[in-house]
Amino acid sequence: MKQKKKGWGAWILIMLVVSYMGLLIVAPIFALIKGALQNGIAAVWHSITSMALLNSLFLSLKIALLVVLVQAVFGSLTAWIIVRQEFPGKSLFNNLIDLPFALSPVVVGYMLLLLFGRNGLLYPLLESLNIKVAFAVPGMFLATLFVSLPFMIREMLPVIKNLDRQQEYAAATLGANRWTVFWRVIFPQMKSALIYGVSLTLARALGEFGAVLVIGGGVQGRTETATLFIFRSIEERQNIEAYTASILLGAFSVLIVSLADRFKNIHKKKQTIKSI
Amino acid sequence: MERSLAQSEQKAGLSQWLLRLPAILYLCIMILVPLIVIIQDGFREGLSGLWHQITLPIASHAILLTLWTSALMTIINAVMGLVTAYVLVRYDFPGKRILNAIIDLPLSIPTLVTGVMLVMLYGPQEALGGFLSERIGFQIIFAPPGIVLALLFISFPFVVRNIQPVLEDLDLSQEEAAVTLGATPWTTFRKVVLPPLTLPILSGSLLSFSRAVGEFGAVVIVAGNIPLKTQTAAVYVLGAVESENRLGASAVSILLIVISLLVLMAANAIEKHWGVHR
Repeated sequence: MKQKKKGWGAWILIMLVVSYMGLLIVAPIFALIKGALQNGIAAVWHSITSMALLNSLFLSLKIALLVVLVQAVFGSLTAWIIVRQEFPGKSLFNNLIDLPFALSPVVVGYMLLLLFGRNGLLYPLLESLNIKVAFAVPGMFLATLFVSLPFMIREMLPVIKNLDRQQEYAAATLGANRWTVFWRVIFPQMKSALIYGVSLTLARALGEFGAVLVIGGGVQGRTETATLFIFRSIEERQNIEAYTASILLGAFSVLIVSLADRFKNIHKKKQTIKSI
Repeated sequence: MERSLAQSEQKAGLSQWLLRLPAILYLCIMILVPLIVIIQDGFREGLSGLWHQITLPIASHAILLTLWTSALMTIINAVMGLVTAYVLVRYDFPGKRILNAIIDLPLSIPTLVTGVMLVMLYGPQEALGGFLSERIGFQIIFAPPGIVLALLFISFPFVVRNIQPVLEDLDLSQEEAAVTLGATPWTTFRKVVLPPLTLPILSGSLLSFSRAVGEFGAVVIVAGNIPLKTQTAAVYVLGAVESENRLGASAVSILLIVISLLVLMAANAIEKHWGVHR
């Protein structure tokens, strides 16, 4: 594409965008880093090595990895049947998938509480089986599963739609069984979307706050994830702890997504911006 | 097991159900069952009971605050998203690649962290926030402008990323023709560039609105939790849950669900119409 000549109008627009993004996104990031360092690096190190922070990070990671595992399998499966199969209620299905994206996480946590909480619908059943879901890790797992549901499916849908079916037919004609067709023909084409979907799901799961707050209660040492640790630290005015944990969590999420982004770009050899 | 794919697809039998059943069950258990339970709970005292809960002063204030801050954010986001996408696609300038990478940051930064960051910069005790509130009397944090700011942060990518690919595919020769025929830059933009972008802007805006209405993590930090002042609908639900006001929590939740679902369906319909997949 040809580049337009830049007059002063162009420079005004560029400056507008740069200052908007600077004030909205970049400056707050630096403010956070500066805030964490206000008492020196030793204070930051001290809070990184505190058991409460490490435990909460560990719990977040545990829940997120489990969620990613389930989402990778069921998300791909769901995307697959949406593209390849016809069944009644499919369009309702399609709209429902996006709901967790827009639904308030607080509402998500509350819905699970209505199901599994003390006065919940399933409480008697769980009680007799001696399973604790609300105010325990299983409930937080379900809440995180709910809020991260669309990411994998939305990432896989276009890829499955664009699969080259001729290759599948060819492989099948040449005597490959279904399993072989899947691993040798279909899976390689889905791989980069799978990795990207996994990373988006992971980032979303690690950052989940509202839903796990309501269903988990944020009991220190038991149901406190990294976000709940940050929230409690702020309420208790443990600022350095809160800022340090925020930076760790934010940096980790950004790293995961940008690594996957890089992988996706290399894989596709095509960048959105390339054509300019 | 050496059946060919073409054959087995025609059969539409057991194997299809083997894939379909777990996926449908998964979605039903995950989404449909919780929805049914909350709707049943909210309508315990009928529609009038639900309406009563929603129209209580504190609840209705929270709902209205959520709606107007989200709407204001949506308008600003649509305009700035358009400008940003235009600048990134049409102009070359130093630092452009960095700018392009920054756009996606809000998608991966946890929203709670977003709230903390904004308070660090715009809070009344911080340098910039203190300056604004003392010199100009414009308080951002613990006030509605902070809510709008937080919502702008979390939804910035939605409009930009919706417009960018469409803008890239636009035929520049049309614009050149318009300019050659004597159209001013503004007329060219309005008559040639804007029309194909309308649907992407609209669907991106609806998406960010639906996301904003339910936002919690960033808002709860930035707005504080002052009933009748800075309490949003999601924060109200949290308060209602904690004080065991079950009917109130369910009623406002149902309203939030309905708004989200309607706006999402509109966005999906527009995207279908526009024919590009997100």
